[in-house]
Amino acid sequence: MTYFDQDLTSLHADLVAKKLTAVDLAKTTFVNMKQVDPELGAFLALNEDAALKRAAEIDAKGIDPDNVLAGIPVAVKDNIVTKGLTTTAASKMLEHFVPVYDATVVEKLYASDAVIVGKNNMDEFAMGGSTENSALKLTHNPWDVSRVPGGSSGGSAVAVASGQVPVAFGSDTGGSIRQPAAFNGVVGMKPTYGRVSRWGLIAFASSLDQIGPLTRTVKDNAAALNVIAGYDQHDGTASKRAVPDFTAGLDGDIKGMKIGLPKEYMDEGIDPKVRAVIKDAVKKFEELGATVEEVSLPHSRYGVSAYYIIASSEASSNLQRFDGIRYGFRAEDVKNLEDVYVRSRSEGFGDEVKRRIMLGTFSLSAGYYDAYFHKAGQVRTLIIDDFKRVFDKYDMIMGPVTPTPAFKIGDEISDPITMYMNDVLTIPVNLAGLPGMSVPAGFADGLPVGLQLIGKRFDESTLYKAGYAFEQATDFHNQTPKVGGAN
Amino acid sequence: MNFETTIGLEVHVELKTNSKIFSPSPVQFGSEPNANTNVIDWGYPGVLPTPNKGVVEAGIKAATALHAQIEHHTYFDRKNYFYPDNPKAYQITQHDKPIAHDGWIEIEVDGQTKKVGIEEMHIEEDAGKNTHESDYSYVDLNRQGTPLIEIVSKPEINSPEEAYAYCEALRQRIQFTGVSDVKMEEGSMRVDVNISIRPAGSDQYGVKTEMKNLNSFNYVRKSLEYEEQRQQRVLMSGGKVQQETRRFDETTGETILMRVKEGSDDYRYFPEPDIPELNIDDDWIAAVQKTIPEMPGSRRKRYVDEFGLTPYDAGVLTQTKEMSDFFDATVAEGADPKLASNYLQGDVNAYLNEHKVGLLDTDLTPAHLAAMIKMITDETISSKIAKKVFKAIMAGTEPVKWVNDKGLVQLSDPAKLQPIVDDVLDNNEQSIEDFKNGKDRAVGYLVGQIMKKTRGQANPKVVNQLLMKSLKAK
Amino acid sequence: MAEERINAEQVQHVAGLAKLAFTPDELGTFTGQLEKIIGMFEELSTVDTTDVPATMRLSDDTLGENNLRPDKAVKSDEALRQALLANAPEKANGLIKVPAIIDESGDGE
Repeated sequence: MTYFDQDLTSLHADLVAKKLTAVDLAKTTFVNMKQVDPELGAFLALNEDAALKRAAEIDAKGIDPDNVLAGIPVAVKDNIVTKGLTTTAASKMLEHFVPVYDATVVEKLYASDAVIVGKNNMDEFAMGGSTENSALKLTHNPWDVSRVPGGSSGGSAVAVASGQVPVAFGSDTGGSIRQPAAFNGVVGMKPTYGRVSRWGLIAFASSLDQIGPLTRTVKDNAAALNVIAGYDQHDGTASKRAVPDFTAGLDGDIKGMKIGLPKEYMDEGIDPKVRAVIKDAVKKFEELGATVEEVSLPHSRYGVSAYYIIASSEASSNLQRFDGIRYGFRAEDVKNLEDVYVRSRSEGFGDEVKRRIMLGTFSLSAGYYDAYFHKAGQVRTLIIDDFKRVFDKYDMIMGPVTPTPAFKIGDEISDPITMYMNDVLTIPVNLAGLPGMSVPAGFADGLPVGLQLIGKRFDESTLYKAGYAFEQATDFHNQTPKVGGAN
Repeated sequence: MNFETTIGLEVHVELKTNSKIFSPSPVQFGSEPNANTNVIDWGYPGVLPTPNKGVVEAGIKAATALHAQIEHHTYFDRKNYFYPDNPKAYQITQHDKPIAHDGWIEIEVDGQTKKVGIEEMHIEEDAGKNTHESDYSYVDLNRQGTPLIEIVSKPEINSPEEAYAYCEALRQRIQFTGVSDVKMEEGSMRVDVNISIRPAGSDQYGVKTEMKNLNSFNYVRKSLEYEEQRQQRVLMSGGKVQQETRRFDETTGETILMRVKEGSDDYRYFPEPDIPELNIDDDWIAAVQKTIPEMPGSRRKRYVDEFGLTPYDAGVLTQTKEMSDFFDATVAEGADPKLASNYLQGDVNAYLNEHKVGLLDTDLTPAHLAAMIKMITDETISSKIAKKVFKAIMAGTEPVKWVNDKGLVQLSDPAKLQPIVDDVLDNNEQSIEDFKNGKDRAVGYLVGQIMKKTRGQANPKVVNQLLMKSLKAK
Repeated sequence: MAEERINAEQVQHVAGLAKLAFTPDELGTFTGQLEKIIGMFEELSTVDTTDVPATMRLSDDTLGENNLRPDKAVKSDEALRQALLANAPEKANGLIKVPAIIDESGDGE
């Protein structure tokens, strides 16, 4: 079986009605994963024994009718720590690392009786946009296996797109949920910074990272965010605001909604085929009664530079703890303490991680801090102000997620700048801490194209409402990819 | 040539909170290695710091004791460096906007008082501890995350003697806030010093040398004295002082070169993104300040003005917070302040020295001491008996009941004493004769006889009065 | 900003700070890539940021509340201590073991 025929609501109804058991669901999920995943490489590790045991426990105590994830198999990106279950961040540095505690998101998943079936491949330490930077596995796009799945949450997006699981949880620092969601034709939400606890997310860039769900439908996504959102005493940056029910306003009615379309998101740097898809989406929104007007985010073009300075600087500091002393990889035959540090880090980290560490260390170093790190922080303020100005007049912003659809494996990996420029449309959202969602919006040459919806801080509800209306008025989410879909 | 000396001190003080600054692990000493640690203290992948409210409040108290300006918006920074006792390879500290700045404390040298400015005071986390054997080192992270305040002086200390006085004054003021034990020997106070000299009248500071982690105030003074003279010799012989870190050798009293500084270290400080800015508003500051115990200066003034103690006695009593608190509590229990002061500085202090213990390590309580003093002032016991009572209260015994049970209450009732006086006089005709012939010695002898008959319990004053009256009547 | 944005010597210096080592070949490749990326960063110098404060962290400041933990101690159980020690590459007697520390100055100062 696959998860193409049923959404969470319908699966949940079957579980509550005992037409289906959690064990049935887990078993068929693993059978399917073992058939589909060898060709795709979405998973680094399966959690089969523990998942089946857990499913049996959940069946034994009964499915909670109020928990839509109860008994549902879910996948988790491998930079979210799971106690007792190897968590690698797709790095040689943590290849055999077994966490001793659970991320808050994982605790919440357990508390809602979700069944974690495995850990998803990703770019090493979430640095990259193609999952090619995984030190452990190559992941393929199920729509065309010669293409990348996007990244860094590539494994999570593929696991959902190929029907292996109905829900996966990824992380997004500069587009790492939305971009692979777009490349794989699934729904991916990066919530507002502070909406979801980061406790247990292996930090890439602390002021940008956020965990979010990837699903096949908007409603599933809203239901999944309901489970993981909320204040956490372990995370000083987690918001104490009340969390609304994100599935509440999904009625298809967006009449009168005012939407801004940034001209910078539709310029000649964007593949014309992608622009065409977005123009069709604009028409659809207008048909639904929304008004779409051109707006400007003049500083967004500087987002890539500002982002790569800020994210790399924070990363250079966050990744210093991987020093071969307390856990993780230690180089062999070390002669002295300096050797432990230098050789463990040089052998344990891949090239892209080293590049970011070097960029960040440089940007923070004496004599360069003001021109790079501080300047990037100022530009970040200007980007935040751009959004504020637009949101004074508009309820939401829309545009493409990526300049192009999924590219070929191996095409861009050798050119860091081209790779970095792919994030141009997703980065500003992280810099401003806003919620951003990718919704399937059509195809270009048979490859999925994502529509990005950007909201005010803590206003994921509007994105879900608009995304749902668009999804219900279109049929893109019902298309299935070549691999997985044919089963 | 005449030189001017400029000394700077950086003093680290460990705060006595229940939990660590960014993790709920206990702040506790003498535990098994790594027993007071959790995933945060180990810098595990995915952990985040959660700042301790108690540390911020301790910071507000310390800043207040240093007369410093408290920042209303303050934040933390990361200081990046690799070291085995530094698990994240960065220390969370305050670099840009410390919690307090521009304070001062008053020091006294040779009877002269001087205000020394405080540049800034910040809060930060302590590192773990390394121990060393020949080929290996070992890391214990129990201390990792212990809250510290670092107090940086302005370059206004001009002699080793002043540096010593600064350390004393700082220790005393911090101790009185109750936020730390400030004990050098236990590492809860650590002192780094730097010193430079320049030709008198020069408007540029000389090159400074540093000495870290000095073990006592005495070593602070001695190392600075040595270094002051060494730098003078270097300059006088036409040499140049190098910017370097030196170590004080306690046995020789000399400083030894450890490391020459080449440029400044690159710690790549940047604002800690995991912790939001702290907003410290006036209401919060005021609420915390209300809980700060009275400072020594104010106590000294009160002891002189209200209790009539000498400034010297007031100074001795306020050297430590324990002593001063004990004194205040004893007076509050109704003891005469002067007697309380005398006992604490005299018999109690002698006891502490003899037994090498601290005041709070004994069984003595302010209530017991006050009860004994009250019995002395209302003449329930004689000063002679008081010696016995003192031993009892040092052993934790409640004195009033003890004195009654032992029958040690002083006999002061004339009606009861007169028959004893009469009896003694009746049996000592010769002494009465001697008295009439002007031999005063006879009185002493008769008093002795009366005291003997009452086993020392007779009130000597009353006995004297009765005896004189009876003698004159003879 | 300077004509030459970063050279091999600077890359070596930065690698030293980051505790990374590169072979001569890697050094050449990295220097070239970093040079290009830092070149891209230089577009920021064209942005007028006079009087613009830098955003260094995001927090939900609309609530105006400090997110502080009450000063209550929670002691870890022995099982966690053992689990933490078990993950360390080398340990002895409850301590984490490392090759001898030669520089004893603590923070390298």
